[in-house]
Amino acid sequence: MTEITADVIVAVVSIFTAGITMAIGSIAPALGEGRALAEALQAIAQQPDEAPTLTRTLFVGIAMVESTGIYCLVVSMILIFANPFWDHFITKAGG
Amino acid sequence: MKISPDDNILAWLGPLPINATLAYTWLVMAILVLGSYLITRRLQDIPKLTRWQNLLEILVSGLREQIRQASCQEPGPYLPFIGTLFLFIATANMLAIVPGYIPPTASLSTTTALALAVFAAVPLYGVARNGLGNYLANYLEPTLIMLPLNILGELSRTLALAVRLYGNMMNGTIIGAILLGIAPLFFPIVLQFLGLITGIVQAYIFAVLAMVFIASAQSTQDSPTQNHHSGED
Repeated sequence: MTEITADVIVAVVSIFTAGITMAIGSIAPALGEGRALAEALQAIAQQPDEAPTLTRTLFVGIAMVESTGIYCLVVSMILIFANPFWDHFITKAGG
Repeated sequence: MKISPDDNILAWLGPLPINATLAYTWLVMAILVLGSYLITRRLQDIPKLTRWQNLLEILVSGLREQIRQASCQEPGPYLPFIGTLFLFIATANMLAIVPGYIPPTASLSTTTALALAVFAAVPLYGVARNGLGNYLANYLEPTLIMLPLNILGELSRTLALAVRLYGNMMNGTIIGAILLGIAPLFFPIVLQFLGLITGIVQAYIFAVLAMVFIASAQSTQDSPTQNHHSGED
């Protein structure tokens, strides 16, 4: 049984927070994108002539919505791979 | 694990570190410049064109058509900027299938530079078209109270532009590296294909968003009629 030191606590909290960030952070963009897609499909079904315009607008809109999910991804990646607190404790333990 | 290609130093040029971002950006620029020089060296006007000239003509006319649809204006003044953005990002992302190559767009410094170029281009195009007064009046739309929010929106969309491209590309490389450790045979290949699609879509979205931002900074009182005419042509 390893002893629970500060760097272990930081590691556990970081990994847990990264998982929670991805879990919660992907719900809202997924709902938003699904709704946007459903509305766009309905609009295309009603007006097939406008399909190119609708598709382009849908792409741009979904890209905007997606950026919130991407923020969450970047934050959780930083928490796992480039966590400043973690690096601090590791250098302290090593040195 | 090296999260950014900035930390991946390939060589030293005296005291200057040449990191992977810098080296691969130069590679992409060299490919684009050399390729277009070789293709446009002998342009032909006969019905049977060379393959490469066909490719370039399809690219340029496709870009012109996309810009015309996104902005409802003639694509002439925007083609150099938007087209360069698209071609650079698309080439940088597509080369990711070459082993050992890290896309420079997976580094926050490259994407921030591209987003800052868009940030500078928006007022430049806006002032060139409408004059300084009309462009600045855009910030007071719809009322004076919205001025801080308009400025904040301008800054935050630049940040979003940079982080979106960075997040997508870094995501591809890092997930690929992790999967190589977990399931080495099949899954990384599938994910590479997904990464290629994402790379092209992100290049398209970056270019279209830049065009939309530029076009939205040019909207003045009389523009609906202008847009209508040029849209019909």
